[in-house]
Amino acid sequence: MKSDWLHFAAPQAFFPIAGKLIPWFSVLAGVFALAGLYVAFFVAPTDHQQGESYRIIFIHVPAAWMSMFLYVVMAGWAGLGFVLNTRLSGMMASALAPTGAMFTFLALWSGALWGKPTWGAWWVWDARLTSELILLFLYLGFIALKAAIADPLRADRAGAILALLGVVNVPIIYFSVQWWNTLHQGASVSLARAPSMAATMLTGMLLMAFAAWMYSIAVSLARVRTIILERERDAAWVQLQRMAA
Amino acid sequence: MLPGFALIVGRELRVALRRKGDALNVLVFFVIVASLFPLGVGPEPNQLRAMAAGVVWVAALLAAVLSLPRMFAADLADGTLEQMLVSAQPLALVVAAKIAAHWLLTGLPLALVAPLLGLQYDLPANALGVLLASLLLGTPVLSLLGAAGAALTLGVRGAGALLGLLVLPLYVPVLVFGAGAVTASLSGINASAYLSLLGALLAVSSLIGPWAACAALRVALD
Repeated sequence: MKSDWLHFAAPQAFFPIAGKLIPWFSVLAGVFALAGLYVAFFVAPTDHQQGESYRIIFIHVPAAWMSMFLYVVMAGWAGLGFVLNTRLSGMMASALAPTGAMFTFLALWSGALWGKPTWGAWWVWDARLTSELILLFLYLGFIALKAAIADPLRADRAGAILALLGVVNVPIIYFSVQWWNTLHQGASVSLARAPSMAATMLTGMLLMAFAAWMYSIAVSLARVRTIILERERDAAWVQLQRMAA
Repeated sequence: MLPGFALIVGRELRVALRRKGDALNVLVFFVIVASLFPLGVGPEPNQLRAMAAGVVWVAALLAAVLSLPRMFAADLADGTLEQMLVSAQPLALVVAAKIAAHWLLTGLPLALVAPLLGLQYDLPANALGVLLASLLLGTPVLSLLGAAGAALTLGVRGAGALLGLLVLPLYVPVLVFGAGAVTASLSGINASAYLSLLGALLAVSSLIGPWAACAALRVALD
């Protein structure tokens, strides 16, 4: 069967379509963010236990979701590139990594800002915080390994092996940290919040999550375009574009 | 297949025996790191007993990372690694033999010395036994996952620090269960659950470690 589902796997074919998609996803991200922030600040009620400081979850929870989701997507692209030898897949993995690391850092940072007024401490060795921190290390390792290898194709393949190793280990790390936490009992606070959450709070959070999702797509596409240009700078089609511009 | 495995392990051990310093330095490093902690936190025996397992395990992790770059580097430099790659033996066998030799040269001595360090930290006898058991089960995991890291950073600029960044996050479960076993036995809980989990980690990593190391070696020597 000869279909052209691999047509857009060629960087040359993907470059223009990515350029056309970026404005759409950027606009969607902006619309979702505006709607989400409006709900977060003007519609969602004040929490009767935490006061106004709970509103940080509207950025914190979407960031934490995206940090985990993007690692899986990144490993998926890397694995695809490793198996099929498609050049674009490795570039996609490279383009996703900084955004994933940014969201991981944002989740940790906003968590610290929320923890200080709520728990009275910037940092506690809670299971989720600790595994999020290790996720940040995994992202940094992936980025560092790719940066250290000069040959881009070798960097893609080495990065793919590391990302796959990481994705196998993420659940093991998560559960080990959770058991470690219950063993030590040092921090008596937990992230368990009141079970009932106002519907408007959930709406705001979901809107912000969509905004983060659309933003990730737009930014990754923009980044992958620059990576394509960098790697294919000697290719004829890039030279043609340069002359046209 | 087995003779080939034994041959490579024997060769690795012989090479190490000719240059005893390499393996010994790692062991001395391990002892020094573990001895530095009381100087930093004070000689209070109760505090030391509580942190002994964590200190010994973290020192073991650092010692493993320190020893990993040599796993493939010398063989890459003199071309032996390429010969191994094109030889009739499956690469997985070569890698498994190198991992076994690495454990015999670093993990095993380290585990055998650890009870002495435990004595310095005033651990009771049964906790010393658990410490030894946890290290005997856990250090092979360090060699198995470390082989993948060593192969990934082969011939890469600044490989040493990068290797730590890559493998230390993957070592977290080993640290948690290894130190957890000793802590559990100190508080009178049966440590067998932790040791079983370490055994499970050993089983999983003996599956994925050599695979990842082989794939990474093929990439490095492409």
